[in-house]
Parts: sequence; C-alpha cells; structure tokens
Amino acid sequence: MSAPATAPAQDTAADRSAHRSHLRRLLGRPELGAVVGAAAVFVFFSTVADSFLQASSLSTVLYASSTIGIMAVPVALLMIGGEFDLSAGVMVTSAALVSSMFSYQMTANVWVGAGVSLLTMLAIGFFNGFVLTRTKLPSFIITLATFLMLTGLNLGFTKLISGTVSTKTIGDMEGFESARAVFASHLTIGGVDLQVTILWWLGLVALATWILLRTRAGNWIFAVGGNSDAARAVGVPVKGTKIGLYMAVAFCAWVSGQHLLMSYDVVQSGEGVGNELLYIIAAVIGGCLMTGGYGSAIGSAVGAFIFGMTSKGIVYAQWDPDWFKFFLGAMLLLATLLNAWVRKRAEASK
Amino acid sequence: MSALVKLTDVSKFYGSIRALEGVSLEVHAGEITCVLGDNGAGKSTLIKIIAGLHQHDAGSFEIEGEETRLGSPREALDRGIATVYQDLAVVPLMPVWRNFFLGSEPTKGFGPLKRLDAARMREITRAELLRMGIDLRDVDQPIGTLSGGERQCVAIARAVYFGAKVLVLDEPTAALGVKQSGVVLKYVAAARDAGLGVVLITHNPHHAYLVGDRFVLLKRGGMAGSHAKSEIALDELTRQMAGGSELDQLSHELARATGPDVIGGKRVATDEG
Repeated sequence: MSAPATAPAQDTAADRSAHRSHLRRLLGRPELGAVVGAAAVFVFFSTVADSFLQASSLSTVLYASSTIGIMAVPVALLMIGGEFDLSAGVMVTSAALVSSMFSYQMTANVWVGAGVSLLTMLAIGFFNGFVLTRTKLPSFIITLATFLMLTGLNLGFTKLISGTVSTKTIGDMEGFESARAVFASHLTIGGVDLQVTILWWLGLVALATWILLRTRAGNWIFAVGGNSDAARAVGVPVKGTKIGLYMAVAFCAWVSGQHLLMSYDVVQSGEGVGNELLYIIAAVIGGCLMTGGYGSAIGSAVGAFIFGMTSKGIVYAQWDPDWFKFFLGAMLLLATLLNAWVRKRAEASK
Repeated sequence: MSALVKLTDVSKFYGSIRALEGVSLEVHAGEITCVLGDNGAGKSTLIKIIAGLHQHDAGSFEIEGEETRLGSPREALDRGIATVYQDLAVVPLMPVWRNFFLGSEPTKGFGPLKRLDAARMREITRAELLRMGIDLRDVDQPIGTLSGGERQCVAIARAVYFGAKVLVLDEPTAALGVKQSGVVLKYVAAARDAGLGVVLITHNPHHAYLVGDRFVLLKRGGMAGSHAKSEIALDELTRQMAGGSELDQLSHELARATGPDVIGGKRVATDEG
C-alpha cells in the first residue's frame, strides 16, 4: 500500500521543484524588474494621458528613448565590466563638434569630418581605458577628469575657431544629405513617422546582446566585472577587455554625435553635460549592478524606454515638465530596490 | 618513471629575507604530496614557484626531468601544472558552465558568426562534474550559489578537464566544515585516481594523513621533515606539525601561567618538574 502511494507523491514534488526552477530562472533575468516597471509606466500614462496611445505619440516616445538608448547600451556593457564612464555625455557633443568643425574648416566632405571624428572618439575611448588599466585608479576619477577636460575643450575650441558657442552650419556642404540619411532621416512605416535612430538603437541592442551572451568577449566582460583577479588567473585579457569597452562607448558616442549634428546642421558646444547620468540611470533601471558582473543590454533598452515614456508622457498628460526629474528619481529608486529584491529571491536557495 | 615535478634544494629570497631555503619535494603521477606548515612557514612561496608566479633563486626545479624556470602562470598551465587557489578563482555571479570554460571557451562558426558553443559547454560541464561525482541539476545556476566545497570541486574538475598533469591545491579545506572537507578530499582522491600528481597544501595533518602519500613539513622557510606515509604515524605527524618540542614548551608555560594554583600572582605549589 505504502509503495504505490509514495511514488506519485515524489513525482509531484519533482514537478514542483522543476516549476520552481523555471520560475527562478525567469526571476533571475536582470531585465525582469525593468520590464515590470515599464509595463506599469506604460499603463499609467495610457490612463492619464489620452493622446499617449496615438501612433505619433508612441513614435515620439521611441525617438526620445532611442537617443538615450544608443548610449545606454555601451554604458551597460561597461557597467557589467565593472566600470563607469562619466565622460560619455560630453563625448557625444565632442563627436559632433569635431565632425562639424573639421568639415567646415577644411571645406572637406562631411563624411571625411565624420571619419576624423570617429578616429578622435576611439582615441579618447582608448585613452580612458588605457589610463584606467595602467593606473588602476577608480574609473569614477579618471572619466570625471576626461569629462571636465572634454567640457572645457568643447567650449574653448568652438569659441576659438568660430567665435561663438555654436558651430557654423554645414547644411550646404558636400555629403551632408547622405550623412543625414544615415544618421538623422525619417522612415514612414505603415503611416507612422519613425526616426532612423530607432533602428540604430535596436541594432546596437541586438549586437550587444549577441556579444554578451554568445561570444568569448561577452564571457570576458562578465568575468572582468564579476571578479577580475579570477579572470586574470585563468588567462582572460582583463586590460584588453576594459579598453575595448571604453572604445565601444566612444563608438556609440560618435553615432549619437553624428545624429545630433545631422539633425540640425549646427551644434551647441555646451550640450551633453549631465546626459552621462541618464545613460547610467537607464542601465541601472535595466538591471545592471553598480558593482559589475551582472546586467543586460536588453535591460538598458527597457530602461531607456522607461525614460522616453516618462519624459514624453508628462508632456502628453499636460503636466509641468519640471516633474520629470522627480519621476526619474523615484523610478531609479524603485527599480534598484526591485532589482535587489528580485536578485535576493533568485539567489536565496540553490 | 621520473617525477612529474621535482624540486631540489630550492631557495627563494625577497631582498635579504629568506622566504624559502633548501626545500626538496617530489610529485609523482597518481600520488598526493602534502605540504604541511604553520602560517609563514613558506607554503605560499612554494606554491607560487610551482605555479609560475615567482622564480626560485637557487636549487633546481624539474618538470618531467627537465630543468625549468617558469615565467608566468600561463606557462605553468601550458606545462600541465594547474593551481587552485584558496580564494577560489571563480566569478560568483556567472553560471557554472561559463565559469568552467572561462578563458578557454570553445567556439563554433567563422568570422563575425564565431560564437560560443554553448550547448557543448553545458554538456561537457555536466559530464565532467558528474565524472567527479557532483550531480548538478542545473549548470546555469550562478556558481556563487554552490557551497564552498562544491566550488573547489568545480575548480578541480576544470583543471582535470583541461589536461593538467599536476594539480596544486592551496588549503582546499581551510574554510570548510567537517563534512564539506570530506567531500573535497574525496575529489582530491578522485583526481589522483585519474592519474594526476597532486600537491596538497594544508595545515591540517588529519586531512593530509587521510589522502597523502608523502609529507613535506616546512618550518620558517626551511624543511622540517620529509616522510613517506609508511614511515610516519598520524600522531607523530600531528606532533611535528603542531611544533613538536615547541608545543611541549608551550604547554609547560601555559600550565604555569594559568594553572589554578596561581594565587595573587604568586605561585604557591606545583607538581610539575
């Protein structure tokens, strides 16, 4: 009697534990907190702002998300690798300025200016990574120094060369139209007007996710952020990985900078200050750990989407935009608490 | 058959400080050589020389009969010497299978499609751990969720899989409870049975005596003794390890200082000699 009775009981116990394991794996995803938060924000603004659900509004929200999202992707990878980049915000402006001023001063094709800008940005990224790995100082200090230096250079050089705080227009120069098509055009899909930056954003998220989860480099990024001594002991090129991450930030700053330039054809030299924190906020809301070794590129996209929905949702709800910062702060706090709670649940037992 | 690793009269100086002097040691395939010593006896210096982190200043270091001077941990790995450190070379938040292959990940595909062979990595990790007797239901769990003993075992299984001939274990049982220590010692024995030469560094003579084939005792950077298991009993090993004559001296002093017969700072009577 007892033998047949115990067998099914064991089966259900095994089933339950398998279920729990699936659930735990879902809870263990770094994006989970952000996805729940994004859904809540979406429902909230859909209710309070009538125009929020219109296609044109959603397109605006996506555009706002993409401008932050393009930078949040490499910043998230860098945070997973255990470092910060406070120079990311002004680097976008630097990229636009170098591009614009080189083309204008040399009367060169806009693409030549963009090429020079790309090389300059990659050099700055390499500088950040090289100084960091050489000196072993905290990245907070090193990139804060780069941030200040770039802020000064942006303003100083622009005034020196063009006499004002903004650059000369390059809208009538050779190559501008094709560059604008790549970095700042609009696409109409199904009657909805979409900015091309949304494609850049989604492409970068997909690429970063592939690198993180399916390549050796991705394994190394998690490892240098999670325990760099252990990574070095088993032969992971820790310095190379970190320098590569800073250069990825520089590359995306270049893309963002070209968008900034091509959208208007002039650049204000004082822009970009403070944006580095928005990128970090998007990455953290998306589940990146401040201490490194944990996070995802998709999470950073969800974080950027929350940012886009909040900044535009407040406008559609016809509230004073001053409230935006408060919402962003509250969101950051809630997301961090939720992430911490979720992770603790996921790691509670084995 | 010549020894896998043979150290003869090896010395190491840090400036004028003698960290290690005249230490000899042999490691044979399928045997466990235990290095015992107190804190500061020179155990870690010895490991660092074998692991390629430091170079010896005098004496000879032979790998399979060939005089060697290792330049880096990578070189030691390439010569088949794998070291598992006390502080565990794992990344806690990463899944077990990613940790298992960290630094030597297999890939498939070419060019931009070159990618981790994740299915094979998971499969090999599961199989290799099973071979060592660890049955993990889920190799996707973060390695930080495993117990300290299990993490040691993953590190050992990893070294075995990547073709190590000599396994150097730095205090594998130091931070573990009794049961976990037993589990780890079982895997150390499993590695020995797989034909590896093992160097087990420990300050626990009971653990050493359970699995060791020969014992090297270090004391203040020098050799305090070298015995095959047949030549020494556990009691004697423990006594030597614990300091031998120094311990006798200490027990004598303690008995006098804190005995119940101390009254008002004045020793009244004692029956000790």
